[in-house]
Amino acid sequence: MAELLQHLLNGLVLGGTYALLGIGLTLIFGLMNVVNFAHGEFYTLGAYVCFAALALAGADFFVALVAAIVVGAALGWLCEVTLLRPLRNESIDTTMLVMIGLWIAMQNAELLGWGGVAKSIPHPFPTAPLVLGPVAIAPLRLFVLALAAALIVASWLLIQKTKLGRAMRATFQDRDTAALMGVGISRIHAATFAFGSGLAAAAGALLGPIFLVYPSMGDLASLKAFSVVILGGLGNLPGATLGGLLLGVAEELGAGYISSGYRDAVGFVIIILVLLFRPSGLFARQERIA
Amino acid sequence: MLAVDELAVRFGGVTALERVSFQVRPGSITSVIGPNGAGKTTAFNAITGYLRPTGGRVTYDGTSLTGLRPSAIARRGVVRTFQKTSVFPVLTVVDNVLTGLHLRGTAGFFAVLAGRRRLVAEERSLAAEASAIVDFVGLTHRRFEAAGALPYGEQRLVELAVALAARPRVLLLDEPGAGMTGSERIVVSGLIRRIREQGVTVLLVEHDMRMVMGISDTVIVLSGGRVIAEGAPAAIQAHPEVIRAYLGASAGSA
Amino acid sequence: MIRAGGWLLAVAALTLPFWLQSPYHVHVAIMAGIFGVLAMSLNLLLGYTGQLSLGHAAFFGIGAYASALLTLKLEWSFWPALAVAVALAGIAGFFIGRLALKLRGAYFVLVTISFAGVISLISVNWIELTNGPLGLPGVPAPELGPWSLRTKTAYYYLVLAAVALSYLVCRRLVRSRIGRALVALRENEALAESIGVDVTHYLVLAAVVSAAMAGLGGSLYAHYTRFVSPEVFLFTYTVTMVIMVVAGGKGTLAGPLVGAVLFTALPEALRAAASWQWQMLAYGVVLVLLVFLLPRGIVPRLGETLAGRHSAAAVAPAARH
Repeated sequence: MAELLQHLLNGLVLGGTYALLGIGLTLIFGLMNVVNFAHGEFYTLGAYVCFAALALAGADFFVALVAAIVVGAALGWLCEVTLLRPLRNESIDTTMLVMIGLWIAMQNAELLGWGGVAKSIPHPFPTAPLVLGPVAIAPLRLFVLALAAALIVASWLLIQKTKLGRAMRATFQDRDTAALMGVGISRIHAATFAFGSGLAAAAGALLGPIFLVYPSMGDLASLKAFSVVILGGLGNLPGATLGGLLLGVAEELGAGYISSGYRDAVGFVIIILVLLFRPSGLFARQERIA
Repeated sequence: MLAVDELAVRFGGVTALERVSFQVRPGSITSVIGPNGAGKTTAFNAITGYLRPTGGRVTYDGTSLTGLRPSAIARRGVVRTFQKTSVFPVLTVVDNVLTGLHLRGTAGFFAVLAGRRRLVAEERSLAAEASAIVDFVGLTHRRFEAAGALPYGEQRLVELAVALAARPRVLLLDEPGAGMTGSERIVVSGLIRRIREQGVTVLLVEHDMRMVMGISDTVIVLSGGRVIAEGAPAAIQAHPEVIRAYLGASAGSA
Repeated sequence: MIRAGGWLLAVAALTLPFWLQSPYHVHVAIMAGIFGVLAMSLNLLLGYTGQLSLGHAAFFGIGAYASALLTLKLEWSFWPALAVAVALAGIAGFFIGRLALKLRGAYFVLVTISFAGVISLISVNWIELTNGPLGLPGVPAPELGPWSLRTKTAYYYLVLAAVALSYLVCRRLVRSRIGRALVALRENEALAESIGVDVTHYLVLAAVVSAAMAGLGGSLYAHYTRFVSPEVFLFTYTVTMVIMVVAGGKGTLAGPLVGAVLFTALPEALRAAASWQWQMLAYGVVLVLLVFLLPRGIVPRLGETLAGRHSAAAVAPAARH
């Protein structure tokens, strides 16, 4: 029983970050209809920014996280404006190809810039695990879980309570009416992409210290993000959150009880099964947004 | 004969069609009219397999069409056109029609790979048929132009040609006159009559009353998802229920 | 004019090993040929039915592993192993084809990637079968009667035959009623259905042929490099195939071949100048630029320039003769 709880806890830590990836992508894929294969690259970017901040600049963890989010969001904004805006009326296949190009370019730029050797991010937390009853958790992981939860809540609040969030929801529900009401559509698209990319970078910065950082880490992250989005239903924030947590837990349980070699297969299998049997997602609801 | 029996279509809480029954006499031109939202295109979609009816049946010459895929229904001789212009935009007019002749060809995978000589002959005869159909709809002067580049009215003629290429025995036309000028509508009406002369049964949805009354043998009126009247054009024009349906409809129509 | 050019090209291709300066150049030609087969296979799906399969490396890998395992472990001779490899890849294509029926666009892409991902994980983890990450060394060279096709020149002709065969299959399919049905599906599926095109049948057909052809490429690759490892499932192979098709011109017959030659020869030529990471980076940038500047690819643009007017369609229909 303790083992099960341990796996569940580990799964939640992982799942929290998957939820961040998923929330970002569900907005981009679900609402902007952009098949963002480069999503994982922003995740990688976040991890490298965190590395640069902690290992090279010796900064504090919070600063590193904020830096990652800012860099991710800024680059996201830039990409949307230069690459996606001109193609907004093209078919989804065209934007898909452009995002694939971006994916390849970013990953190899990282490979060239940082080298292919995996890096480990030094962190300020003690390594001895905290024992909470039947389970143990490393302080770093607990911290990551707490931050992920905070970011998820912040995202929900942004979408539901702020003017920006309202404008986003309006744009994606009915673009023409929103435009008539004075919403700057281009700005909302750029903001949404920036927001999603920033969250992906945050996920990378959070998971970076737990695992190693290497240029191709984004590939699996992209696919897992898609898996979460499909599971939760496109454009569905609570769905993405739950989906992310589910994926994390499923991976940990699978790795623990079945085989660790196939742990990454969980995300793939989810994509295949859900698309075959319940394409609108497990938690799909009537309306598309939050 | 195309027969629709107690056809019903419901999505969520909305009943789009309810207990719709009618028969289309072979060789006739039958029009389906009704205010916007009456369920006319829904009926077409249900008959031709683009929508699965929640109840009722559609039969053609005794065989059931209900629940079949559109391609299977086309193979049985029931072909439809679409309300929104539907062509293969990057292909030339003649290639559009050639593609439409799909059911007339017999080339299967292995025959194609083997490069059998009879296929060459088949291609030649299909090309000739395509040319003939393009001539029939009056687009000979446009035959090598991309369908997507043509003006609206001519695109709809391409659409008609493609549907004819499938050699329908029953042709369902979804608003063939929509968006057309008066003279274009006269051309289309003439084509419809000539199609009927070739033995094809025509069922059309249309809003332009002059066109409907001018060419139809029978008129069926749908309102609120139900058939409210059926008969000869003159009788329908004077029918009190029909007049009420049109005057009472919130969104006006032609 | 084009016909004469075609004959010239054929003669050049047939005599290529004799006027290339070194075995290295023949190696490049062989790789260009193998990728030509792969690019043509992807083009059948992407260019003609309009479905992007980013898991094409899976079919390539299945062909490579099947062929390698049969010749290594069961000591089969090359030709039956090749046939089985192609068949197995085709069967995998059948399943993907049936999946495509329910899914289109981005979802189909995701499923194909996931499929490739699962197969890749299996090849890494099922060590008893595939030897895991260590791979299978010592894959035997093919034999033709008493001769072993060990030399580069001999292998070149084997690959050339495969390229010719693949091209012929594609050309016959595309310039037929089947090709028209595929294009109809790509351009306007609802309309295609209304004229009797059976979507199931044609999508599955395209997927099976496409996958089988990729399997052929895989087998050729395995017996040339004489080594197969999970690296065949690397996304870089799929990406390279996609670039070749998109740059060369999807939906054309010559496009994938032009793309294959270009993107095999170019990297080799640049190899001295820049590492493969720079190349891949360039690929990414090129892909983005292509979408903006040359969306239909090189071959259609060349065709337009040569013909001196804008052509209506990128497809090769049968009608105009």
